[in-house]
Amino acid sequence: MGLVQKIFYYHLPSAWVFLLSAIVCGIASARFLFGGSPRQDRLAHAAAELTVLFGAIVLVTGPLWARKAWGVWWQWDVRLTSSLMGWMVAWAYLLVRKYGGPGSDKLAAGLALFGMANVPFVYISVNYWRTIHPATSVVPTLPVDMGLALWFAVACFLLLFVLLLRLRVYLEEQRARLDALYLSLDE
Amino acid sequence: MRALVVILLLSFSPSVTFAQQPEPQQPKQTDEFVPISQLPAQDQLPAAPLLVTAYAFVWVVLFAYMVSVGRRLTKVQHEVERLESDIAKRA
Repeated sequence: MGLVQKIFYYHLPSAWVFLLSAIVCGIASARFLFGGSPRQDRLAHAAAELTVLFGAIVLVTGPLWARKAWGVWWQWDVRLTSSLMGWMVAWAYLLVRKYGGPGSDKLAAGLALFGMANVPFVYISVNYWRTIHPATSVVPTLPVDMGLALWFAVACFLLLFVLLLRLRVYLEEQRARLDALYLSLDE
Repeated sequence: MRALVVILLLSFSPSVTFAQQPEPQQPKQTDEFVPISQLPAQDQLPAAPLLVTAYAFVWVVLFAYMVSVGRRLTKVQHEVERLESDIAKRA
């Protein structure tokens, strides 16, 4: 495939982190919905933002690769469409949180559950439906040098995800602290 | 002499000129899969601009996001400090 194949080392790790952050957002939202923990809500909010971030990377690097490999920027096949849908659910989560008013945290948590339910569908879609996207079985068959580069990139993206998630959760904690201070000032 | 003039005129007339040119060849119809790597050079897309765009996008987006989080965090922390000092003054 030539030079354009190197997009793979950013595209695939960011896709995995995109799916991982949607799962983190969904699990934290479920724990917030059924347990009422504000800490889980903050974690879900942070993970939703990272889902949008890494989803944007996937949805931009993918078409740039596809243009060379497939001859088209976009195909409305199951993998690409379901990925786009997951990304839009994460956007919906953030928009509901920002503009939804009182009670929007629980509404957004419900949305996050749908986002998480979409993840297995995105992952297995290439194995069950006809698509030009490579199947999940490609990764174990990679040559050693490509595999090493890929797993190094995966480790870097995972580390970046953990660091960004911690930073973003810290921001939400500071905002919660600010809200508490405003309340104490009013009293 | 008249015959020579007629021959010269005919040889420079458009119909004769067209008749002398070879017919343009139509591209051969493709009836089987051709890998991109085997396409003629003029049909191949350069990979470098796509690769550079992809890598630049990733770096720019990640950098912009970190700057954005940093700015939001600084703003919130300044506000927290201001409120804490206000509350301390009231107390």
